[in-house]
Amino acid sequence: MILAQAPHGFLSPTGVEIAFLLVGLVTFGAALVSVTTKQLVHAALWLVVALGGLAVEYLLLTAEFIAWVQVLIYVGSVVVLLLFGLMLTRAPIGRSPDADSANRWAALTVAVAAAAALVWVVVDAFRATWIDLDGPAAGSTEATGASLFQNWVLPFEALSVLLLAALVGAIVLSRKGKAERSSPPLNSRATGESSPSVPDARKNPAEQEGAG
Amino acid sequence: MHLAYPAVLSALLFCTGLYGVLARRNAILVLMSVELMLNAVNLNLVAFDVWLSRTAEETLHSGQALTLFTIAIAAAEIGIGLAIVLAVHRNRGTADIDRLRDTAEGHESAPSDEPADDDTAPAAEKAEATA
Amino acid sequence: MTTTTLAVLVPLLPFLGAVTGLLLGRTAPGFVRPLAVLPTLASLVLAAIVAVRQGGDAAVDAATELTPTGSVPVELALHIDGFAALVALVVGLVATCVQVYSTGYLRDDPRYPSYAALVSLFTSAMFLVVYSGDLMVLLVGWEVMGICSYFLVGHYWETPEARAASIKAFLVTKLGDVPFLIGLFALATDAGSFRITKVLGAVAHGGLDHPTLIALLLLAGVAGKSAQFPLHTWLPDAMAGPTPVSALIHAATMVAAGVYFVARLLPVFEASQAAMVVLAVMAAVTMAGSGLAALAQDDIKRVLAYSTIGQLGYMTGALAVGDRGAAVFHLVSHGAFKALLFLAAGVIIHAAGTNSLAAMSRMSGLRDRVPDAFWTMTVALLALAAIPPFSGFFSKESVLGAAEHVSTGHTEHAPAAAGWIVLVAGLLTAVLTAAYATRLWLLAFRGRGAETPDHGRQPLTMTVVLWVLAVPSLALGGFAYRSLPDWFDGRDLAPTLATSVLGTGLALVGGLVVHSAWRHTTARAARAPLGAVAAHPGGDAGLVEAEAIATHTPAYGDVASAPDPADPGRLLLGPLHRHAATGFHLDAVYTTLFVRPVQTGASLVRFLDREVVDTYVRGAGTLPRWLGTAVRRAQTGNVQTYVSALLAGTVVLVVAVLLVATGA
Repeated sequence: MILAQAPHGFLSPTGVEIAFLLVGLVTFGAALVSVTTKQLVHAALWLVVALGGLAVEYLLLTAEFIAWVQVLIYVGSVVVLLLFGLMLTRAPIGRSPDADSANRWAALTVAVAAAAALVWVVVDAFRATWIDLDGPAAGSTEATGASLFQNWVLPFEALSVLLLAALVGAIVLSRKGKAERSSPPLNSRATGESSPSVPDARKNPAEQEGAG
Repeated sequence: MHLAYPAVLSALLFCTGLYGVLARRNAILVLMSVELMLNAVNLNLVAFDVWLSRTAEETLHSGQALTLFTIAIAAAEIGIGLAIVLAVHRNRGTADIDRLRDTAEGHESAPSDEPADDDTAPAAEKAEATA
Repeated sequence: MTTTTLAVLVPLLPFLGAVTGLLLGRTAPGFVRPLAVLPTLASLVLAAIVAVRQGGDAAVDAATELTPTGSVPVELALHIDGFAALVALVVGLVATCVQVYSTGYLRDDPRYPSYAALVSLFTSAMFLVVYSGDLMVLLVGWEVMGICSYFLVGHYWETPEARAASIKAFLVTKLGDVPFLIGLFALATDAGSFRITKVLGAVAHGGLDHPTLIALLLLAGVAGKSAQFPLHTWLPDAMAGPTPVSALIHAATMVAAGVYFVARLLPVFEASQAAMVVLAVMAAVTMAGSGLAALAQDDIKRVLAYSTIGQLGYMTGALAVGDRGAAVFHLVSHGAFKALLFLAAGVIIHAAGTNSLAAMSRMSGLRDRVPDAFWTMTVALLALAAIPPFSGFFSKESVLGAAEHVSTGHTEHAPAAAGWIVLVAGLLTAVLTAAYATRLWLLAFRGRGAETPDHGRQPLTMTVVLWVLAVPSLALGGFAYRSLPDWFDGRDLAPTLATSVLGTGLALVGGLVVHSAWRHTTARAARAPLGAVAAHPGGDAGLVEAEAIATHTPAYGDVASAPDPADPGRLLLGPLHRHAATGFHLDAVYTTLFVRPVQTGASLVRFLDREVVDTYVRGAGTLPRWLGTAVRRAQTGNVQTYVSALLAGTVVLVVAVLLVATGA
């Protein structure tokens, strides 16, 4: 708390702070567009901007290793995976007017209320806390690696098992169950119940065609 | 740098993700929003880790280690999540969350969801082609 | 074995037979008949041995107290004096005859096992009443008989008559039992014990504080059980039960219990002059009224039922004049000939296929079809009409003699008024008894018209029993009236000349009048055809009887009477016939006085329950249902809605916690 009394005002920002603010604004804006855009593929691309912006923020916070991991894993693989998912579920390309559900206004209320509460609390708690960014980088690869393999090696190994399990689980889930598909009762049920709702099913493609 | 900057940014990103989770229909977009929320948390972890590594004598770098773990778990989660969404889409013909209402009280709309698999598949291809 | 052990076995054997019969009835049908007959027969033999050993000497008393029961102890006690020994003998004889008869009568009845077990239980309960030396134990037997009569009268529960009759029998006797119970408690409180010997001892020393109240309360129960006016209405309706049950109830068990109870506790009643007068009036009204009603009945069994009520009136009359010897003498001889009458009536109903006297009077040759029933019934009717030398003559004359003795004011234990009432009513009833007995005999056996259908020979078990019972009906009175005083109080039971001449003369007059009326009316019989015969003449007697009872109302318009212009009773009674046929509208009076108000009250309660109470209940249910509907709306199945609500709640809670934590 003695440090907190040091003369670091909000009205005289340092260079790092200005850079952080600008990149933060871009990140926040990209995130907002990502969750509001009507075009599903654009949402994924705006997510890339937001995640990349976050990687820059990590760099500004001197956590370089995290930043590169962020770029590699998120921008490199997760977003690609998401795009594949969009493709495989035949998500419409172009504007889709029903991208948001009817729950939107409730969601907006909750989100704004939560944001107000969180910002209020965070600002109230940490408005005088100062991070000293000088000196050796806190998140250099050496420091992170040493910490990870000295203190966190057991969770690290457990994590590898988790990843293996996730791998197997993803394969099992996405495999087309042949026995399930060819079993007669399921088929007959599907066809038996399909006939009354055929017009309903036809409506969706028509809308999509119009939108596209 | 003030700790308030990353903290406020993190809070805002978290709430943006929250809005996305609650408001998006497509399950994959919901997964994206979940990623946003996780990243907001990561930012928080990193910021506080940096702050603590400067002020504390001894540090385990737990913030950064946890961030790495979160990233790994998020990667696993997105894999599993996409597999589930794909399975649902294959069985039900849709990935819209608000049409998966099998648990509703007085639920009877399930049959209308199920058959879409056979009919919408070619139609959707056509839609893709026209787009 | 000691006399006490034997006496304990007497009620116990039929009870065990009943329990075993109920348990084995379905699994081992072959054992049901032996289980029904043998225990009762053994009880008869044991009762005979007990009677021989007791021999009219000092009473056998034994008591054991199982457990302390508060201020007034209840003991398992025996008190066997001459009355108990003889009555038990009659009960055993009649019950055995009924059980043997039932094996033939209900030959094909699917419910025979439970029926036989209930008859055994009934017999056991009567033995308990007879031998018991403790009023509470006596009450147990008393109530067991009540519930058994309910089941047995309702044996043909498929017919509405039987259902109504069983409920009526149960309710009316219970109506008397409530004051009876209170009276017992009052008596025991005054005497300090439930033991009969101690009660009688207390009475002898003037220990009763409220003799009139106790006597009247007890009389209510006696009137219910022994079918005395005004609680007699259940007995004619109880004819809806099978004939052997009627024989059992009427001859020796249920109705005899009330008379027997008064005989046992006669000193208690004698302590109150008012109670004796009430008893006399009750007996007189019962006698005369039932005689008139019997003359108007069409159902042969209802004639006999009213006759039972009348003969019970004689017994209560004898008690009213303080002569329990005469009362029990008449009880014994009546038990024999009334059992015979009922059992013979069962045979006749089976042979004729109807229970209607009007229908029987249009059949010829009935007596040739059932010669055993004809001869034994003739004997029994002569005994009923008190023609010498049949047993009914001696017992009835002993009653009339006792009444005459009292009316001349020679005794101090009974008021002279009671004597006069009983004497006059008894003589009047003698005329009526002879009249309805003659009418019954003429209509049943001297009918003219179509030949009676031949249903084959009656089962041997049913006819042999008739002859067994004919012996005491014929000869008991003549042989016994000299020796019986040794068993009873020692008072002379020999008929006096004046009452004998008077009674027999009046009986002859009654019989002759009916005969001449019958000769006058019988010519009309051919002109008014009547008759309804059971649909299954080949079935067993029980089935025929059930059908006869069920078809009586549809065929003749009434369960009791038939619109028969050839009925001599109709000619003799004139305008009174209509009232007598319905039992002088007593049922209608009860309906107006009790049944209707109760039903109105019940419908009021029903209305209050349905419309008032239920409204609150429904109102209380509506609010939760609305809430439920509202809550159900929230269950949309949309996960996002759920999560929104969840997070909104979380935000609200967090803000609240923060506000509290910061002290805002």
